[in-house]
Amino acid sequence: MRELTDRAIETALRRGASYVDARVVSRREESINIKTGRIEGVASSESEGIGIRAIVDGAWGFASTNRLEPAAADETAAEAVRIARASATALRTPVVLDERPPARGTYRTPVEEDPFAVPLETKIADLLAADEAMRRVRGIAFTESLYAAQREEKTFADSAGSFTEQTITHVGAGLEANALEGNDHQRRSYPDNGGAWQAAGYEYIRGLDLAGHAEPIAEETIELLSAPQCPSGRFTVILHPSQLYMQIHESCGHPSELDRVFGTEASYAGTSFLTVDKLEAGFRYGSELIDIVADATAPGGLGTFGWDDEGVAAQAVPLVKEGIFVGYLSSRETAPRIGRRSGGAMRADGWNRIPLIRMTNINLLPRPGMSLEDIVADTDDGLYLMTNRSWSIDDRRLNFQFATELAYEVKGGRLGRLFKNPTYTGITHELWRSCDAVGDDRSYEMLGTPNCGKGEPGQTGHVGHAVSGARFRNVQVGVGKW
Amino acid sequence: MVSRRRGMSAAAGAPGDAGLLALADDVVRQAEAAGATEAEVLASADRSALTRFANSEIHQNVAESRVALNLRFVVGRRVAVTSTDRIDAEGIRHLVDSAAAIARVVEELEDWGGLPGAAPIAPVSGAAAAGTATASPEFRADGVRTVIAAADEAGVVAYGSFSTGTDTIAIATSCGIRAAEERTSAQLLTVMMGPDGGSGYAEANAVDATTIDAAAVGREAAAKARASANPVDVPPGDYPVVLEEYAVVDVLDMLGMLGFSALAVQEGRSFVEPGKRIGSERVSIWDDAGDPAGLPMGFDYEGVAKQRVQLVERGVCRDVVYDAQTAARDGRASTGHGLPAPNPWGPFPLSMHMAPGTASRDELIGGLERGLLVTRFHYTNPVHPRLAIITGMTRDGTFLVEDGRIVGPVRNLRYTQSYLDVLAATSAVGSERKLVRGLLGAAVVPAIRVDAFTFTGATQR
Repeated sequence: MRELTDRAIETALRRGASYVDARVVSRREESINIKTGRIEGVASSESEGIGIRAIVDGAWGFASTNRLEPAAADETAAEAVRIARASATALRTPVVLDERPPARGTYRTPVEEDPFAVPLETKIADLLAADEAMRRVRGIAFTESLYAAQREEKTFADSAGSFTEQTITHVGAGLEANALEGNDHQRRSYPDNGGAWQAAGYEYIRGLDLAGHAEPIAEETIELLSAPQCPSGRFTVILHPSQLYMQIHESCGHPSELDRVFGTEASYAGTSFLTVDKLEAGFRYGSELIDIVADATAPGGLGTFGWDDEGVAAQAVPLVKEGIFVGYLSSRETAPRIGRRSGGAMRADGWNRIPLIRMTNINLLPRPGMSLEDIVADTDDGLYLMTNRSWSIDDRRLNFQFATELAYEVKGGRLGRLFKNPTYTGITHELWRSCDAVGDDRSYEMLGTPNCGKGEPGQTGHVGHAVSGARFRNVQVGVGKW
Repeated sequence: MVSRRRGMSAAAGAPGDAGLLALADDVVRQAEAAGATEAEVLASADRSALTRFANSEIHQNVAESRVALNLRFVVGRRVAVTSTDRIDAEGIRHLVDSAAAIARVVEELEDWGGLPGAAPIAPVSGAAAAGTATASPEFRADGVRTVIAAADEAGVVAYGSFSTGTDTIAIATSCGIRAAEERTSAQLLTVMMGPDGGSGYAEANAVDATTIDAAAVGREAAAKARASANPVDVPPGDYPVVLEEYAVVDVLDMLGMLGFSALAVQEGRSFVEPGKRIGSERVSIWDDAGDPAGLPMGFDYEGVAKQRVQLVERGVCRDVVYDAQTAARDGRASTGHGLPAPNPWGPFPLSMHMAPGTASRDELIGGLERGLLVTRFHYTNPVHPRLAIITGMTRDGTFLVEDGRIVGPVRNLRYTQSYLDVLAATSAVGSERKLVRGLLGAAVVPAIRVDAFTFTGATQR
């Protein structure tokens, strides 16, 4: 691939670019979808191409093609330069990148059992067994089971001499049991809504023990049909990791993206309440128990890599320290504007998209002292919410509302009645300031989502979140009427 | 059977529709030679570009050229799907071999209805325009500068994007389908923000990019950004509302996703029952990909001709959309709403239209004694899918209306509201309609007045 990236860079420089980078990405994907015992789809896909980014007259241009030929590299590089010149006709502030030494090296996701080498029959049989176990429970209307794997071979080179090669492998799987009664539609997922994902091999899927969890979640789904509606009011709430990771994703991860802060996502996903003046003022984002870090080196995370898509090495960047907002997810272009160096968070969804500031692994660090079970035992009166079902947050990431698949009543330190249709709502920093317990490392687990949307044209990001569960006081629960 | 639209000149490096159809034919033959009893090849050539602006300058500017193949390989009742954008001989051989290998090990689908058979596809006019196919980065930059000029004049800041794209689709199957079509689309959208918390939005969509009036888009958003400066709080609660077209598209799309699909009905999770009243007499919704008011398409991703489907007629559920598999289960024909395989989500209406009413914008607002005017929604998500209860936020211009007149802007509100109840409480419908992009394709929608809408929270500064 070096010949192709060198050629693209040379062509763009010759045509007037002051900076160029080229990424050749080859992506292989495999998926299995089963619905109520029926194999809806077994699919395999391959995609490869080159994306070229150029700065001309202080403005960006990007062009991409799936033709991996020298002539196509020339044409595409020339197109990137032409596009950059057009950008320069509506430019007010020329792009300045932070200076850094060229990146060189290789990175590979540690994989014990190559998911693409595991026979397809084995993967289908594993999933069918779990799907069948859910359907053994009487009253289940339909089930869904999924497995997917993705491998990216990525070569990055830039005009400053960077050259890196990475092989990144992600796998995921999940189950969903659904029950219907009148207008009631209840659902339980395992391990998570949409499946659980990690940077790993098939050993991660085996470790999930899908078949072993299938019947219990199906039984819980049936139980939910006759469960009472979750009460409304202000409650102490314990969020299980399967919900807490989404709370972090929406209310910490996205507002910490420095491009949002500078308005460059305003026309689509919005901006951020975490403005630069809050960084300078030491804004209290949460209680003293809250330590949040963007860690691209965390084992198993969907946001773990060797270098980002600008050639910046993976690193751990503190975002919130003892409750105080201290840092952003950043890039080579945005970091210098606040007097910092890039935090290495530029990631692109394949060869045909530009890198954007994306979450890496946004982790709420565990607090020694109490396990999640200890937190329940320490709670006199509250609700224990599990597994995200619905999410929404405003365009500055302040007002949020989430729904979970279920809630348990907590009375006198014990789990009690099961409630259906729980929802809760609030304002980001008010919720995080109300946190008075964070679980220790016994329940700390790496979760994440392969479906984080951002940018125009749209990009889907794979991002990780390691969490252990936490307790919040005085939370508004039960929103809407039905 | 072959349906051919007159093609534009092929984009550099990408085959035109005839070349794409020949490529699809070739892959079908290779699949049959590899043992497929049925084969379907979807070949697509995408040439798209997007110029994005923020803080009143262009900050991202991208282009993409891609040819891809999607193969559905069937042996008896065993179905495999593979895709690739490696279209050289080796890439295609690997595509076919991988599909054959998958088909050998998957279980049979007991209810496999077969690939759809060949049938005539009526010509659709106006699916593509040379003005979009040849749009240059300079053309897009010119449109962006026009929008920014409107923002500058109003003292606000512009953010947004101008996209143009040509998508050539060719489908060939072993059952005799041979269809090819070139489709173009363009979108110019902008959010404008002022120094005092004001925010406005405008959007224009067209098959022909040269018909988009960038100055008008800029003026609309700038005027709203100025009008929404210094918003005040109003308490959450039940209000009558006027939803502008940019909000109405979300109502249709969510209902399309949750209910107007045959798969949702077959799985028992849809609110749709033929003959059931879900809306007021003023509400009629249909899907029609042949209407040039939308973004026309002649056939779906299974090569089946698009049919007009009446979803809601004067408030009453009539029908849902089908693809080949859901149609086979119900013993009827596909309505031409299939998506590319594999598709566990089922068919979707991608070209919805809502019937216009008779009310002008002033009359819609004039009917509110005390209510809210909502420009658009943000980050909506189902809370209770069966009842179509959705939560989301208002955005880019929310206004208090008293005695039929706009009193002033209010801070954004969260709602938790059944979209079925929105249809039921629709008391007036605008006479003008807009083509607006949403979750599902693009819809042609009017503004509506809704007698009750539940806001459940408010945001902060």
